[in-house]
Amino acid sequence: MRTESHKAMTDMAASRRPLVAVCVALRSSECTSVFLQNRFFSTTTGFHSPLGDEQPGKFTPPTKPVIVDKTQAEVTQRKFLSPEFIPPRQRTVAVKFSIERKDMIQRRKMLNIPEFYPGCILAVTTSDPNANGKLNRFVGICIERSGKGLGATFTLRNVIEGQGVEICFELYNPRLQRIEVLKLEKRLDDNLTYLRDALPEYSTFDVNMKAVPSPATGEVPVNLLKVIMKPKPWSKRWERPKFKIQGIRFDLCLTEEQKQEAMKWDQSWQEFDLMKEYDTSKIEEEIWQEVKQEMGK
Amino acid sequence: MKMLVKASGLLLTQPFTNIVKHSFRISAACTAIQKLTRVRVVDNSALGSTPYHRPPKCIHVYTKNGVGKVGDKILLAIKGQKKKALIVGQKMPGHTMTPRFDSNNVVLIEDNGNPTGTRIKTPIPSNLRRLEGEYSKVLAIAQTFI
Repeated sequence: MRTESHKAMTDMAASRRPLVAVCVALRSSECTSVFLQNRFFSTTTGFHSPLGDEQPGKFTPPTKPVIVDKTQAEVTQRKFLSPEFIPPRQRTVAVKFSIERKDMIQRRKMLNIPEFYPGCILAVTTSDPNANGKLNRFVGICIERSGKGLGATFTLRNVIEGQGVEICFELYNPRLQRIEVLKLEKRLDDNLTYLRDALPEYSTFDVNMKAVPSPATGEVPVNLLKVIMKPKPWSKRWERPKFKIQGIRFDLCLTEEQKQEAMKWDQSWQEFDLMKEYDTSKIEEEIWQEVKQEMGK
Repeated sequence: MKMLVKASGLLLTQPFTNIVKHSFRISAACTAIQKLTRVRVVDNSALGSTPYHRPPKCIHVYTKNGVGKVGDKILLAIKGQKKKALIVGQKMPGHTMTPRFDSNNVVLIEDNGNPTGTRIKTPIPSNLRRLEGEYSKVLAIAQTFI
């Protein structure tokens, strides 16, 4: 018994495990028996690793701890590639985009950036550089997502104490600690900047609202809400066809004459302009495969 | 000796000068708060709360250029009086991660930096905390930081 345990000790001493130092200290047979009793080993003699070895004395490392990330509780099973991964049509070397994508994926492994669209209600927690260690939480509706690559941004809007506030957050800014989607839904438009000129009730969201659970599969629900506007003048002429807005109740705020006037700026030929075509389907597929692979690692 | 003076209406007697003047006015560059901007007073001071037939207007900006951003001191004309104020929110977008408000908000201030009112209900941008030294009392009366 002595020799076997001694052999085990020396083997392990050779491999320099910190645990061994403790065992070496308690080398008396008394101590090992006490140790064995406390640990309820099924094996008879000597010090054995808790999982059992293939050969006596060979060290097997413990299993890696399984980290359950509660922020990624419900991973979406929808195929969703975040729009900032798709490179713009530019005269740049393709390496620039692939390097940026690497950095973006690295950041996404640290922070879970969920799937969201303009029209979703998000809660973003950021660290405040001016107040050390304190976190700021902002809840609002995402009115637009712009920018490509690491400079991608999304703007959240909310009305707090009667004051409309908008914050443009950078998706890959290290100050962002947590992004939660409180309500996942789409709207009739991609750009909801017209909410600035809409009645404040359409931009007011409870700061303490609870997350609305949404299904991980299937189509994202579309909110067909049409918004009632404040009286003109607006910050932009939203009735003009270049904005292509579907989500405003124009019948309540514009006369037929004004609608006719707006149609004067209709440039419907641009839809057929071949030079403006940018088909991203193939690029999207490639990038989606790449991102899925990298994120899985 | 051809002189091209379009809209100036002056007759110059200098030899060959090519003066081209625009026939339209060029406005100032888009700035946050400058002279004659109408502002909204957000504290509960008497001067800011009582109605008057004219809105409070900025008449001077205490910066090197005449542009006032969040955290700058300005001079307001309120109810026929001159009063200093601190800008706490602007309509013009600033840096990313800083809030943009739907109105130009301002807090009335004394000459020594003490606020005139006792409470600020409207949210204040948290990057104003860098003004801990000078405007700490203004930050103390603010209720929400965004």
